[in-house]
Amino acid sequence: MDYNFHWRPVFKALPDLLQAALLTLEVAAISMILGVLIGLGLSLIRIHMKGPVMWLASIWVELARNTPALLQLFFFGFGLGAFGIHFSPYLIVLMGLTFNNAGYLAENFRGGFGAVPDTQIRAARSLGMTAFQTYTRIVIPQVLRIVYYPMTNQMVWAVLMSSLGMLVGFRELSGETQFFASRTFRIFEYFAVTAVIYYIIVKIILGASRLLAMRLFRY
Amino acid sequence: MIEIRDLHKSFGDLLVLKGIDLDVENGEVLSVIGASGSGKSTLLYCINGLEKIQQGKILVDGIDVHGKDTNLNEVRQNLGMVFQQWNSFPHLTVLENVALSPRIVRKFSREQALEIAEKQLRHVGLGDKLSNYPSALSGGQQQRLAIARALAMEPNYMLFDEATSALDPELVGEVLDTMQLLAEEGMTMICVTHEMSFARGVSDRVAFFHQGVIDEIRPPEELFESPESVHLQKFLSKVK
Ligand SMILES: Nc1ncnc2c1ncn2[C@@H]1O[C@H](COP(=O)(O)OP(=O)(O)OP(=O)(O)O)[C@@H](O)[C@H]1O
Ligand SMILES: [Mg+2]
Repeated sequence: MDYNFHWRPVFKALPDLLQAALLTLEVAAISMILGVLIGLGLSLIRIHMKGPVMWLASIWVELARNTPALLQLFFFGFGLGAFGIHFSPYLIVLMGLTFNNAGYLAENFRGGFGAVPDTQIRAARSLGMTAFQTYTRIVIPQVLRIVYYPMTNQMVWAVLMSSLGMLVGFRELSGETQFFASRTFRIFEYFAVTAVIYYIIVKIILGASRLLAMRLFRY
Repeated sequence: MIEIRDLHKSFGDLLVLKGIDLDVENGEVLSVIGASGSGKSTLLYCINGLEKIQQGKILVDGIDVHGKDTNLNEVRQNLGMVFQQWNSFPHLTVLENVALSPRIVRKFSREQALEIAEKQLRHVGLGDKLSNYPSALSGGQQQRLAIARALAMEPNYMLFDEATSALDPELVGEVLDTMQLLAEEGMTMICVTHEMSFARGVSDRVAFFHQGVIDEIRPPEELFESPESVHLQKFLSKVK
């Protein structure tokens, strides 16, 4: 092999890469929070409503789950761009990830709601709780436990998926790596280090999620 | 007092309750017996408004349960209900299970709610399980938890829907004992039950349901010793 590895430029860029990694985490985390809220809404709409609103929610879920994430991202970038609607790369990635997260989580939540027996709801109502109290105090906490691990997976997925952001000009971890790599032609070295950073981020998320689960779900 | 007049209830085309007239006095314990599908559970659900009715009236302490302006959540606080399936809230400890509704429905402070909950749990003999999760309880203990949870709302009435029929035989006794304790303390109770010994020993009157009507209703000695309705005679010969 006559390729000489040069790691020094990569290490010099490490602070910038870590900075970009934070951006990756930020956009993934925000898209998760939004995804959970919207996914919850979508699942409730699909469970309780009929007609056009329900159809829209179903279309959202179907598209999010059954088309490539990259195309979903392109839609918010180039797709809307074709109609003269332009967003910053950050917003494009945030919207794309949120769209995807919400669609996947909606389906998980729907399964979760189905797994909480009706008798729980009846018992809560018989105690005089309102429908809203019954949902927030009895149903949703149980659903959250059921969907906790799928949710963790989705968070990991969002971190990894955000790397597609470099294709719409977003300088998150992959975009930043690409930027440095193309300047120095140390492509392998840069992406090797970046892969390690992704790996560590994912491991931290999984570990934190396990710790949180131990605190949250004692039953 | 619970007053039921000309109650009709149907699910779609299926007429389940076909004109029920029934008064339950304060302090009375009424047992309801009858074949499966005769409408016993449905009656209880109508009384606390978990099911809508098509015709008639139900008054609880003079309040029209199905009236347009009635606040059902308020009515239900006055009607504790225990179901056949144990439905403790699995994500809450035993103590939290009982304290939750006093806090969020009756708006007591956290401390007051916990105090009420602990008192009721001791009352049903679960004082040593306060910080356990329901998954660590036996079926009988879960049903006593359900009783304590209902009692924490300080209802005037308790409705039991076959509270013991999902239990292993050796656990039935502890739940019946708790129900008997309440009866002796003067609680007004309607108990749908398959336990004839309970109906006979604890209740003031027994109502026999047959195909959506009350076929016979009398004090237990009379009803069990000299049943008048042929349907009741048949029913009793089967359960004995
Ligand atoms: N939600 C519902 N939708 C449609 N039909 C129902 C519903 N609930 C009850 N029914 C029907 O109403 C009838 C009476 O049911 P109910 O549960 O009141 O009987 P029950 O006397 O309590 O019987 P069991 O002893 O088996 O509990 C049955 O034919 C049942 O199938
Ligand atoms: Mg029943």
